[in-house]
Amino acid sequence: MNVNQMIEWAAVILILIGSIVSVISAYGMIRLPDVYTRSHAATKSSTLSVLTCLLGAFIYFWVHDGFVSVRLILGILFVFVTAPVAGHLICRAAYRSRVPLAEGSGEDELKPKLFPEEK
Amino acid sequence: MAFQIILNFVLAFVWMFLSSNYTVTGFIVGFLLGILLLIMMRRFFTTRLYVYRIWAIIKLTLLFLKELVLANIQVLQVVLKPKLDMQPAFFAYPTVLKQEWEITLLSSLITLTPGTVVVHVSDDAKTLYVHAIDISDVDEAIAAIRDSFEKAILEVSKS
Repeated sequence: MNVNQMIEWAAVILILIGSIVSVISAYGMIRLPDVYTRSHAATKSSTLSVLTCLLGAFIYFWVHDGFVSVRLILGILFVFVTAPVAGHLICRAAYRSRVPLAEGSGEDELKPKLFPEEK
Repeated sequence: MAFQIILNFVLAFVWMFLSSNYTVTGFIVGFLLGILLLIMMRRFFTTRLYVYRIWAIIKLTLLFLKELVLANIQVLQVVLKPKLDMQPAFFAYPTVLKQEWEITLLSSLITLTPGTVVVHVSDDAKTLYVHAIDISDVDEAIAAIRDSFEKAILEVSKS
């Protein structure tokens, strides 16, 4: 087993980790109770899974074919820039359209700020 | 900072012309010599050396990758726990950052780190309203973590 093969196996393991993390993310979307907690699972896990999958593909093409794909790196960068903003906007829109929080939630410091006329 | 980088490039090109060596290697050698010159002449700049800022950016990136992995481990624990007993809550976080790009960067970093999603930025941009997935034990720890982020961003942006 030479060095190239070992690096290819590292790429395989990266892609495997990425798919496992995305499965966990999907499971979290089903299991968690409300929009806000689901957005935790959606933003963080999907970002890491995309990162590791694209990095694995990048390493594989680099070592196996000698092809450096800058587009994969750009894809990682764009996902990193856009995923947190998307999560933030969905949460914000949900809060402004008064989607209720899950049961058993703690105190809510945002409500007197955004909707001062209530309570 | 931009001025120093442009100066460094100009120095690298001057080195290439002086040595009549128009290759990538010649450029890199010229660039390194340019950095040496900038370090020697640093008391004539009004701002600090750009090398420090790039080092701060690298440190921020490493910190961020570490926190991203920790965040996923935490999501894994929350999702796979047989009993859903976390206590989500909103809390306010006062920030000292001033410029808009700093606040955007801080909210993106908070969103991708353990247990927190930014939901609202107040109109005067002095307070971030953050949704935490589990308020019971995380509140203090999160404050510490985000102090480290805020400090790292200040380290990048200070002139």
